Amino acid sequence: MSELTRLTADQAAQAIAAGQTSSVELTRALLDRIDAVDGAVNAFLHVDTDGALAAAEAADAQRAAGDATYLTGVPIAVKDVFTTIGQPTTCGSRILEGWLPPYDATVVAKLRAAGLPILGKTNMDEFAMGSSTEHSAYGPTRNPWDLARIPGGSGGGSAAAVAAFEAPLALGTDTGGSIRQPGALTGTVGVKPTYGGVSRYGLVAMASSLDQAGPVTRTVLDAALLHEVIGGHDPLDSTSIDAPVPAVVAAARRADVKGLRIGLVRELQGEGCESAVQARFDEAVQLLTEAGAEVVEVSCPSFVHGIAAYYLVMPSEASSNLARFDAMRYGLRVAPEGVNDPSAEQVMAATRDAGFGDEVKRRIILGTYALSSGYYDAYYGSAQKVRTLIARDFAAAFDQVDLLVSPTSPVTAWPLGEKSDDPLAMYLADVATIPANLAGVPGLSLPIGLAPVANGASGAADALPVGMQFLAPATADDRLYNAAAALEALLEDRWGGPLLDRAPTLEGAAR
Amino acid sequence: MSDTLVPFDEAITRYDPVMGLEVHVELNTATKMFCGCPTEFGAEPNTQTCPVCLALPGALPVVNAKAVESAIRIGLALNCQIAEYCRFARKNYFYPDMPKNFQTSQYDEPIAFDGWTDVEVTDDDGTSQTFRIEIERAHMEEDTGKSLHVGGSTGRIHGADYSLVDYNRAGIPLIEIVTRTIEVPAHKAPAVARAYVNHLRDLIGGLGVSDVRMDQGSLRADVNLSLKPKGSDQLGTRSETKNVNSFRSVERAVRYEVSRHAAILDAGEKVVQETRHFHESDGSTSSGREKSDADDYRYFPEPDLAPVSPSREWVEQLRATLPEPPAQRRARLQTEWGFSDLDMRDTIGAGALDLVAATIEAGASPQSARKWWLGELARRANEDGVDLDALAITPAQVAGIQALIDAGRINDKLARQVFDGVIAGEGTPKEVVTARGLEVVSDDGALGAAVDQAIADDPDAAQKIRDGKHQAVGALIGSVMKQMRGQADAGRVRELILERLT
Repeated sequence: MSELTRLTADQAAQAIAAGQTSSVELTRALLDRIDAVDGAVNAFLHVDTDGALAAAEAADAQRAAGDATYLTGVPIAVKDVFTTIGQPTTCGSRILEGWLPPYDATVVAKLRAAGLPILGKTNMDEFAMGSSTEHSAYGPTRNPWDLARIPGGSGGGSAAAVAAFEAPLALGTDTGGSIRQPGALTGTVGVKPTYGGVSRYGLVAMASSLDQAGPVTRTVLDAALLHEVIGGHDPLDSTSIDAPVPAVVAAARRADVKGLRIGLVRELQGEGCESAVQARFDEAVQLLTEAGAEVVEVSCPSFVHGIAAYYLVMPSEASSNLARFDAMRYGLRVAPEGVNDPSAEQVMAATRDAGFGDEVKRRIILGTYALSSGYYDAYYGSAQKVRTLIARDFAAAFDQVDLLVSPTSPVTAWPLGEKSDDPLAMYLADVATIPANLAGVPGLSLPIGLAPVANGASGAADALPVGMQFLAPATADDRLYNAAAALEALLEDRWGGPLLDRAPTLEGAAR
Repeated sequence: MSDTLVPFDEAITRYDPVMGLEVHVELNTATKMFCGCPTEFGAEPNTQTCPVCLALPGALPVVNAKAVESAIRIGLALNCQIAEYCRFARKNYFYPDMPKNFQTSQYDEPIAFDGWTDVEVTDDDGTSQTFRIEIERAHMEEDTGKSLHVGGSTGRIHGADYSLVDYNRAGIPLIEIVTRTIEVPAHKAPAVARAYVNHLRDLIGGLGVSDVRMDQGSLRADVNLSLKPKGSDQLGTRSETKNVNSFRSVERAVRYEVSRHAAILDAGEKVVQETRHFHESDGSTSSGREKSDADDYRYFPEPDLAPVSPSREWVEQLRATLPEPPAQRRARLQTEWGFSDLDMRDTIGAGALDLVAATIEAGASPQSARKWWLGELARRANEDGVDLDALAITPAQVAGIQALIDAGRINDKLARQVFDGVIAGEGTPKEVVTARGLEVVSDDGALGAAVDQAIADDPDAAQKIRDGKHQAVGALIGSVMKQMRGQADAGRVRELILERLT
């Protein structure tokens, strides 16, 4: 493996700026790495070799012309839920197989404008529905720490690509934890910015009021650098916040928790949490305390209703958002079997039947039911009330503390297939991440160590990554970066280097 | 399949109609409701589209601020309350001409609600009566694309070989105006329905926010109608007759549905709750889609759009700039112009109100403005089979011609030739007068010769005048006019004759 692929985005940017390497050289190294390991990992659905190299050349020219941004020339992988001119956008679904969007998502346009070559599109649960990336129509992504395990989801492709050193940066989306939970399960950093902080234009919607795009990286600083590139107001997204991006890079560089008040959310730890996960979490809290943070326990009593509310709001919005996939204008078109002269309605039904996977159908049915007249108030209406209660819990908590913390996921990466037949068990993986989406507040997951694998489990790894989630008030994303960067530095001191140095190199990984 | 019908006049001896009207007004904003695509009518199919109005994956809507302003102005003109906070909602159903398979509309939070408007219905005898129509709501929504069903005999989807969809119309801003139930004396119901839609045309046209053209679909009416037995409070089952696209058709649709419902009820059967299609050719309706209360659009607040919360200051600013309501304006103009009720009715009936007003504004007297538009110009429009406002002459030109008459430079008879010239595009009235040499002659030299000739030609008339019988002067004036090919100043001619003979 070329050492270039081990560079963080910040290191790569500096190396390019210093003339020690070029964007083309770095991009080639990453494409080679993808070529070497992605047959085993399956992080990418599409690799744009020519496009990435052309963009890298342009980035080098931009550098030479003295017209570069900080990250110009540093390649990135993009979750296949964003529209990209020149590359297919499938959302991990058969129904969009081969669809070439005629327009770029706003965040993609920002990446291009900043000169970041796009390596390709990463795998995901179909339409971002899932917590394991097993619901991709194009096969599951595997966890670089243990190829027999899931990388989390829905953004397992982006997280695995970054964890496997196939890309220093990736773009993800987080509707109920799809950036943070894979981050925790793959030992990467994942950030869900404040709702409205990053444009959703060109992000194929699952649940409009919950979806948020954000960075997937190996370091907190890298996440902040990417956050500043993609964040900011977009007139094409009515829900985007018309305010400057919080100063996240400065916060990540500050990395000082002295005097910070940090709240442990009582409802998001303890019971249901694997003991080794809880142990790593407790150690990390101890480090924060030692570094001068004031840690207290806070209660957010409504959080326990988060999953129930989420599984009403999300499918309701998804059932409506996914109605457009009807074979009329784009995407898959399937004629019903044994029907002469099928009507448009019959073609729609046959296409949706053939094009959507089981989890997507399950959520469309759930959402359609929850919005039905006679049930609306009891389901959708009640869920919206829970959102209000959760937002109030956050507000009350942030009256007492600057930040909240919890384990990102109560469990570590599980073996492929383990929860495939048990959707409810899968849904519970997002218990800690969902409240932030329901309330629109920002969250960040930071790797905080490894948990030993329980006896009898399948796979190669003897220990798996654990993540800590930081939560901050809306628009105070900078607080996440400051605290997480501080803890990251303390942990790396203790470990003697980044956690991912301990991950398998995947050299010679079976294809 | 033809319906059994009871003649309207008979039906209303036993039943009272209960109506509700839903009128869709297409706004004339430059761009669509939620994207920047142009809205121009009649472009090549699917050339005015973008990721948003085609509902490509990932695209998001942004509210057109001008459309919100127009909606508020319509609401204010209909005496509605304007919401301090309202949201859009998604109306979910699958249809190929609706790209997202939901319509972004408003549901329980319309931008305007609880209004009223007074509609004047004029009978054939010229007497008029005012009916107050209560407005339940006016809300913002987007239009769908347009399906064209090819093949088959009916032009409808059933039996068609294939269908084409034009998404140019998808996303054009619409305001839907919904009345509360309208209950008026049964025999007036068709006329009230027609007058209401006509009234909305004037009112909204006056705001300048829509083309309000029923023929182009920028004003569309759905007629909801049910019957209840006379003296009963029991509401019947309603039918919804869709897209009735002329004022006359609104009236006919009401009459037809009253007749059809009455026949069903007379036979002891039940009216089916359904949409009906109106047929312009014979004024009938036919069954469309059966509707039931089970129709479930799964409305929920549109999460992709921020709520609309117009400030009270803005609403008051918009209220202050509302034009005068049509009825009030008509009353004011009638007084200012000194028109009789009949004059006024004829002027309005001829579609000449605005033309007459503009002509008066350009300097003509009310009577002369009315005389030209309802006389000479109405005759020409009628001959050409066009509307008055389609004639190639402006109110300012009409006023200009009248000014030439008032100045004595032409007379009424010459004026007709000036109209010819102006309409033929020969220039301004003055240019036409000059180019065609139409100016009346009031020069005593030229006139004197003609007068002498006329006296010599008709000694009998001349003698009568000498004898004091001045009415005989008309014959001599006619003779002079003939010699001068109509271009003599009749007043001066009269003076010259009398000077010579008395």
